[in-house]
Amino acid sequence: MNTELRDDNNEFFDILREIANIGAGNATTSLAQMLNTKVDMKVPMVKLMDFKDVGDAMGGEEQIMAGVYLMVEGDITGSIMFLLEKESASKLVNILMGRDSDNTEFGEIEESALKEIGNIIAASYLNSLSTLTNLSIYPSVPALCIDMAAAILSVPAIEFGTMCDKLLLIQSQFSEGLNGYFILVPDVDSYDKILKSLGIG
Amino acid sequence: MGEIYKVGMADLKVCKAPEGLTTLGLGSCVGIALRDPVTKVGGLAHIMLPDSTKIKQNSNIYKFADTGIDELIKQISLIGGRKDRLVAKIAGGANMFKFAGTNPNSVTVGESNVLATKEKLQSLKIPILAEDTGNNYGRTVVFYPESGDFLIKSVGKPDKTI
Repeated sequence: MNTELRDDNNEFFDILREIANIGAGNATTSLAQMLNTKVDMKVPMVKLMDFKDVGDAMGGEEQIMAGVYLMVEGDITGSIMFLLEKESASKLVNILMGRDSDNTEFGEIEESALKEIGNIIAASYLNSLSTLTNLSIYPSVPALCIDMAAAILSVPAIEFGTMCDKLLLIQSQFSEGLNGYFILVPDVDSYDKILKSLGIG
Repeated sequence: MGEIYKVGMADLKVCKAPEGLTTLGLGSCVGIALRDPVTKVGGLAHIMLPDSTKIKQNSNIYKFADTGIDELIKQISLIGGRKDRLVAKIAGGANMFKFAGTNPNSVTVGESNVLATKEKLQSLKIPILAEDTGNNYGRTVVFYPESGDFLIKSVGKPDKTI
């Protein structure tokens, strides 16, 4: 079976939403442990978007975002990206480093801390996907980029572009105005593998 | 100054002076601006991938350097641009994420997009007057067919016009 990414494919989206829910739930728990505070999470939104609308999804194409990007290897291959608004990223780093919340300094140490946050969040997301599907999934070391949303998003968009004309976005909103997004980009065969391992397809 | 129209990812638009075209936050994608200096009409394409012949899902012609440029020329000629007079300026093709331990000689998606764009333009004998490509940062571009100016804006860097 070749799963098509179509927005009228409801069962497929229900499954993705459920995976996203569990994944983001796990990620939220990790985040809460890391920050030693309570973090809430809203039900994630799963959206299939045209490329030309992608920039609008996160408060505009030129919104400054921090993106942590990891390659995925194992039974499924692809990549996962965790995106945060720059303000949210600063806020997280400040909490983690025990600094004043209005500190906006962003140097090498802060970048390193943010990479680690992204790493833990993405890894716990992948972990739940791995547990759910019984597939081995390993993330690579993370890479970080702080730039305009559209420029960062061009990277997963191009990966999707080799398979289809849409991008699959999973938006998870955390508490305290922390807005985070996941973009899971499994390679063509990997979607089928995920669904098959769940007994569907 | 005329209206500025927005070009999305895997999208293209054409216009006549004094109108302009913009595309926001080019990353590894490439923005290709073509202009007929005589009639002052032009177009801007925002391509994502180098080659439509190497990918099965290739129905979206705006997505690729080769088919995107062909379509851009077609649409420019419909509003009064002549193919043999067209000149080009290009921007984008950055490598946004640098992974530790990757081979520094491996070709990035951005680089192959730039390369494919140049090859396509060369095969059509369209001269590239200026370019701002590569590196590791995003670019917002604004193109004015009136003057041929191609304005490039990046985060934390002064604006420049090529």
